[in-house]
Amino acid sequence: MTATAGADAGAVETFAASLDRLDVELTRTAPADLGATLETVASDPAVGARLPFDGVALPEWVRLDPTPAEVQAARTGISPAVLAVADYGSVVLPSTDDAAEPVSLFPERHVPVVRASDVVAGMPEAFATLGPRLREDRGSFVLATGPSATADMGALVRGAHGPREVHVVLLEDGPSTAVDPGLDGTVVDGTETAGADGTDADDADDADDRGGDGA
Amino acid sequence: MSSESSGSGSAGAEGAAGGDAPADRAGVAADGAAGSSRDAKAAKIRELMRTEGPAVAENTKGFNAGRYESVGRLDDYEELKERARAIKEDAIERLPELLDEVTATVEANGGTVYLAEDAADANRYVEEVVHANDADRVVKSKSMTSEEIEVNEALEAEGIDVVETDLGEWVLQVADESPSHIVAPAIHKSREAIAELFNERFDPDEELETAEELTAFARERLMELIEGADVGMTGANFVTADTGTLALVTSEGNARKSAVVPDTHVAVAGVEKVIPSVEDLAPFAELIGRSGTGQDITSYLSLLTPPVDSPTMDFDDPEAAMGDADDREFHLVLIDNGRLAMREDEQLKETLYCIRCSACSNTCANFQHVGGHAFGGETYSGGIATGWEAGIEGLDTAAEFNDLCTGCSRCVEACPVGIDIPWINTVVRDRVNRGESDRFGGFDSLVEGLTPDAEPGGIDLGKRLFGNFETVAKLGSVFAPVSNWVAGTRPAKVAMGRLLGIDPRRDLPAFERETLVDWFRDRGGCRVGPVDAEREAVVYPDVYTNHVDVARGKATVRALEALGVHVRVPTVRSSGRAPLSQGMIATAEDHAHDVYAALAEHVDAGRDVVVIEPSDLAMFRREYEHFLAPQAYERLADASYEVLEYVYGLVENGADPDALAAPATERAAKVAYHSHCQQRTLGLAGHTEAVLSELGYDVVTSDVECCGMAGSFGYKADYYELSVQVGGDLRDQFTTDETRSRRVVASGTSCLEQLDSLLDRSSTHPVELIAPDG
Repeated sequence: MTATAGADAGAVETFAASLDRLDVELTRTAPADLGATLETVASDPAVGARLPFDGVALPEWVRLDPTPAEVQAARTGISPAVLAVADYGSVVLPSTDDAAEPVSLFPERHVPVVRASDVVAGMPEAFATLGPRLREDRGSFVLATGPSATADMGALVRGAHGPREVHVVLLEDGPSTAVDPGLDGTVVDGTETAGADGTDADDADDADDRGGDGA
Repeated sequence: MSSESSGSGSAGAEGAAGGDAPADRAGVAADGAAGSSRDAKAAKIRELMRTEGPAVAENTKGFNAGRYESVGRLDDYEELKERARAIKEDAIERLPELLDEVTATVEANGGTVYLAEDAADANRYVEEVVHANDADRVVKSKSMTSEEIEVNEALEAEGIDVVETDLGEWVLQVADESPSHIVAPAIHKSREAIAELFNERFDPDEELETAEELTAFARERLMELIEGADVGMTGANFVTADTGTLALVTSEGNARKSAVVPDTHVAVAGVEKVIPSVEDLAPFAELIGRSGTGQDITSYLSLLTPPVDSPTMDFDDPEAAMGDADDREFHLVLIDNGRLAMREDEQLKETLYCIRCSACSNTCANFQHVGGHAFGGETYSGGIATGWEAGIEGLDTAAEFNDLCTGCSRCVEACPVGIDIPWINTVVRDRVNRGESDRFGGFDSLVEGLTPDAEPGGIDLGKRLFGNFETVAKLGSVFAPVSNWVAGTRPAKVAMGRLLGIDPRRDLPAFERETLVDWFRDRGGCRVGPVDAEREAVVYPDVYTNHVDVARGKATVRALEALGVHVRVPTVRSSGRAPLSQGMIATAEDHAHDVYAALAEHVDAGRDVVVIEPSDLAMFRREYEHFLAPQAYERLADASYEVLEYVYGLVENGADPDALAAPATERAAKVAYHSHCQQRTLGLAGHTEAVLSELGYDVVTSDVECCGMAGSFGYKADYYELSVQVGGDLRDQFTTDETRSRRVVASGTSCLEQLDSLLDRSSTHPVELIAPDG
């Protein structure tokens, strides 16, 4: 995806509300503060896959190109999300040759990093973007919504084969190297907006996640 | 989840069906075989209701309630369903072309495609791939298609270790049981039962108890098995022809691991899973989780375009860097196994639109109480299973559980692709009837005079009797009250039980000597002259209203007269609902032509057709589409109204509601209303509630999907106990502190009968409440 003109503020707020409903934490950060932000949301050891965003890189303490053993041992996996779907609180994770898929899957906490400008309103918009991209490069993605879960053991359990926790980091403005007059210029840093008290508000997701692995 | 123990769950699930009477047995022996087959079926259902019913009920009802909530949050639910339907229609129409396209695409991506003719062919190919990789272990994510071809058994016979990694599937693999639900396979097992199983089988250091402990234990154990696997198998919910992408709808993350850890990935999918493009996935992404387990979306929707770009992971040498993605191998096994023939079958074709979401199971009152071990075939379960099993395994398999579909139609609106599942069940029942026509040969004479139908000789006698209820009712009225006394005697009940399969615990309908048509004629017709009338209407004298519950017919006439309608009550043949529900399609069609012939002139004259019995209205509005010319179907459907819907419309258009009866006292104003399943599917429950409220009634409405009676279903000895069990949900809702003293009102004949037998107080059709005394 190319650097886009700017974020859709409505979509971003909807995305935040969806994450809140899913009990997924969200931290907004300026690209320049990403390293500091990640220090607050990641536990050691952390493994990562490179962020394909201009001018943004993971800090050195994040182990890139991990071995299978390192992925297994990691407590946090940090990987890019190339899109986010506001209505659902989903992040779109690409499979990459530097192991973004296992990085986002094995550790108990997953930290997807997504740019505010890549938040789209709904599924039609997401698939309208993914269609051409898949036809072009035949890659693979996961639309991930909240942590892995199962109810196959008789009650809802978060953390089945995949992560138990997801903490989304939202890059609030364009790449730091770009000057984008389309943005409102306000940098909101590191504020946690998600309901951190762990109480579940309403919802069907908690009551009714029995299995669901269906093909 | 259920807090009650459901026991081991496997007992009684298999093997009790039996009872196939050899075709050459004649005379009383055939009757005896039919009777023992019914007993065996009743025993199997009873056992499953006891052992698995509580867990299945709790979970399916939870999913179903979640579905209502989740789809209620969508502004464009109906549009999404229409779009999803259109995509599947198009895909199945263009299937041969899409198969060519997806084959070329996957091969261009570096994968291999194998189009397997049947299960054996598919398994042979998978075995070859496994052997070529020198694989000792295959890890699998959940796939109903792999259950269908029984690839586990095939690989195990070759000495391959096959491990199910979906937690529910793994539980079943450990317990050696089969799935009871297409999405949540171990839905019939309670947490307690799973804990007992694991503790016994694995003897862990600390006894496992909570769901968290069980999950953590399974995750750890399965991870070790995944690490050492050489081949990963997945299914696919969709395959896009334009990119060769597999869409996998999951929650646990095991499918992701199964696809990314082993170097070789084998995906098995029915040919019907292919859709044209990536963009076509959008409506399904929104619908599938909501429709199934009531989740807006599941945790993971994987879009894998294998061979994937992820580096390989060698856990034999975990300290070494990850490997080269170029070493990955991918095989897509597309399975025909009867599907291409289903595509050519105009009636079964719609089954191929199914996205296996399980909505039809969860919304089905019968399924909620017995689960997929009774309401299912070799692989698939729930309402749509009849189509799948008939197409894949054959009619015999479908015949074993097809009767559990009562045609209540609640699944039709739940289905995200709008499949007319009751129709598929009816078609299969019809084919089963015809296929079995030799079995009961020679016994027709016993009910021959009662069954002037268009069916070939010899279908199940009980079915044939219920299918010809109109003739039975006519004779019943002629000989009433003697016919009622005779029918109520013990010898008669025993005989009906043995020959016709009617459960002796049910009271049979009591016929009135004076029919509605006779009453109307004898009173001198309508009291509102055509000149003074605002509108003219024909009250359709459905067979039950005409012969049994004549009071509600009279009330309808009085209510319409009070609102200034000129009413006619002509003699019209029964709608064909009764034969249709027995799978007697030719007979039902015959009825449809006669009914249309009798009503067409009235419709031409601008008269409305007012229908009291919702299941008959549903015939006019839904099933007649299969029987009448399109214009005829539309004319009758458009002119027909459910009686309270009609009253609602009259009042909305200026008729004076004060002409109707308001509740006399505050106590009389409190009613508990049960709408009819088919009425709800037609979207007509609200009209009754609105009219009653307008008149000053305080209405509490049940939210069960079906009363459990469903026409003849609850009369049948094999299903009586299930019918009562399903009805128990309705009884519970109408005996709470809030409802127990309320007057019970219900729209459907069957519902009224069921309620009368379930409750101490009697029940009434709503039109009897609002009609002025006459």
